[in-house]
Amino acid sequence: MDETHVVAHAAHRVPENENRIRAAASAASPYTRAWKRFAGDRIALIALTVALFVLLFCLGAPLVSHLITHRGPADQVLLDRFTPPFTHGYILGADNLGRDELTRLAYGGRVSITVALLATLSALMLGATLGALAGYVGGWFDATVMRLTDVFLAIPVLVLLLFIASLRTFGPYSLALVIAGVSWMSLARLVRAEVLSLRRRDWVEAARVAGASDWRIVGRHLLPQTAPLIIVWAALTVPSFIIVEATLSFLGLGIQVPEPSWGNMLNDAQKFYAQSWTLAFIPGAAIYVTVLAINLLGQGLRDALDPRLGR
Amino acid sequence: MARYLARRVLTLIPLLLGISLVTFLLATATPGSPVSRLEFNPSARPADVARIKAQLGLDKPPVERYLDWLSHVARGDFGLSLITYRPVSTTILEKLPATLLLTGSALCLSLFFSIPIGIYTAARRNSWIDRVATIVTTGGIAVPTFWLGMMMIMLFSVKFRQWGLPALPSGGMYSLHGGGGFGDRLLHLAMPAVALAFVQTAVWMSYVRTQMIEVLQADYIRVAGAKGLSHWTVIGRHALRNAMLPLITLLALDIPALFGGAVVIETIFAWNGIGRLIVNATMQRDYTVVMGEVLIIAMITVLANLLADILYQLADPRLRHG
Repeated sequence: MDETHVVAHAAHRVPENENRIRAAASAASPYTRAWKRFAGDRIALIALTVALFVLLFCLGAPLVSHLITHRGPADQVLLDRFTPPFTHGYILGADNLGRDELTRLAYGGRVSITVALLATLSALMLGATLGALAGYVGGWFDATVMRLTDVFLAIPVLVLLLFIASLRTFGPYSLALVIAGVSWMSLARLVRAEVLSLRRRDWVEAARVAGASDWRIVGRHLLPQTAPLIIVWAALTVPSFIIVEATLSFLGLGIQVPEPSWGNMLNDAQKFYAQSWTLAFIPGAAIYVTVLAINLLGQGLRDALDPRLGR
Repeated sequence: MARYLARRVLTLIPLLLGISLVTFLLATATPGSPVSRLEFNPSARPADVARIKAQLGLDKPPVERYLDWLSHVARGDFGLSLITYRPVSTTILEKLPATLLLTGSALCLSLFFSIPIGIYTAARRNSWIDRVATIVTTGGIAVPTFWLGMMMIMLFSVKFRQWGLPALPSGGMYSLHGGGGFGDRLLHLAMPAVALAFVQTAVWMSYVRTQMIEVLQADYIRVAGAKGLSHWTVIGRHALRNAMLPLITLLALDIPALFGGAVVIETIFAWNGIGRLIVNATMQRDYTVVMGEVLIIAMITVLANLLADILYQLADPRLRHG
């Protein structure tokens, strides 16, 4: 009875001490300082603005359709096929079936970005969990996970995805899960390495002495320490997933028509090179701007959160 | 060195086994089999379906099937294509040279541009050339390869022809009428190779620059400068070797990306290599071909990594041990 009381008391005091030491070391928390660095980074701020704009544009696709273009993504006007941009009320022109390009861009972006975000989130949970456990538990579990990452890293992601696509057809959600399923390895390795270096620290021992379970040590003490790493990884992974999804859909193996995605819009446009160059240009430019903005945002986050992470 | 080599080669065995197991599991764990279409065909008698299943070995337990399949794969027999009924290995091997030509040319192009520019921008840090190069690399890394290919076709094949300028061929490996000469093949290779090399070049350019800057801050570089050697002698003689070492590893690590890029570029430019083969096979659900190709590309990747490790050992005297 007394012992548990002492331990509980100690457990209560450890973070308090830690906080005091931190407060002595610097007035602000690491995240406040990171935010200050980020706010001083003009390129990162511009990238953030562009990324947010794209996000709003895509998630607000129905609003774009209602308020700006007054056309649905599947409304066809065959007389208006290949209308150039800024004519007859088509802001970005009309495609090969006379559908409004701007509306389809918003709806297509909604699919592309949903897939990329969902895939990143899933890969993050899988990779961080497996990496942290592998680093903390060690032994056969570590060996198994690491050999598994070796296996997956030896096969190009796109080739692996094609293989799975040859076996079944995807919807947006299953596509996101499949992308996550073949690309969690890099994060698992990063987190594992970080946890390996952290788990022998004194404060982990202190937490254990205080009676914290393994799950608590990993979940509450080790994983939060790897947060900067995970945030930066996620920010740099979203754009690569946008490209992966677009590539698969472009090849006709990802999101299937009639549901628009930036990739399958480009696939459609490929058949009409001679009629319209804007159809092939616009969805690709949207992908490019989005990917560039999130890349720059990720680099800004990296510099702000942990300057050592720079390449 | 010999011991290191032996150990390194031995670790390949479980890795290759793992790759084959993952490939097999993915193929068998999904519903449907080569006889599914017969099972749902009312004019096929159940007895015949069972006979065909037995012929194909589909009635055996999965473990036995895996071992069976593995022993065939180990002998280079990847089975028959489900569409053409030709051996998978011949189908892949006859298309491999085209892909190696394309990826090889792209690799050479990337190295040819990225290394000198990377070194120069590191040596002349913050000059206007460096600033321009940084903007180009940052912008270049984000370009989707397939879109770049499309835009190149749009400009150099479609628009140039419309404007009456000499246009580049939009696809294929040589002209069907009177083509096939060296110049003709080079013209056909130009656009796909540049499109494939573009993003890689941007990545490597920034990598070489970062590496070089890091090396230039080392003490021995300052010593070399203090001895009175000129800026460029220091770079050429002392910094270059150390900065180039990690590039060997990076090259090997980027081989999968190059094959991934080849898949897209070959499809856009109708380049008749294994990248286009895997896309077409995927569309036709010809999964024996896809499976064979996944294994072969994985093997190439693994061997490239091995080669890179060995080269690294040979190039870096600090690592020569055992």
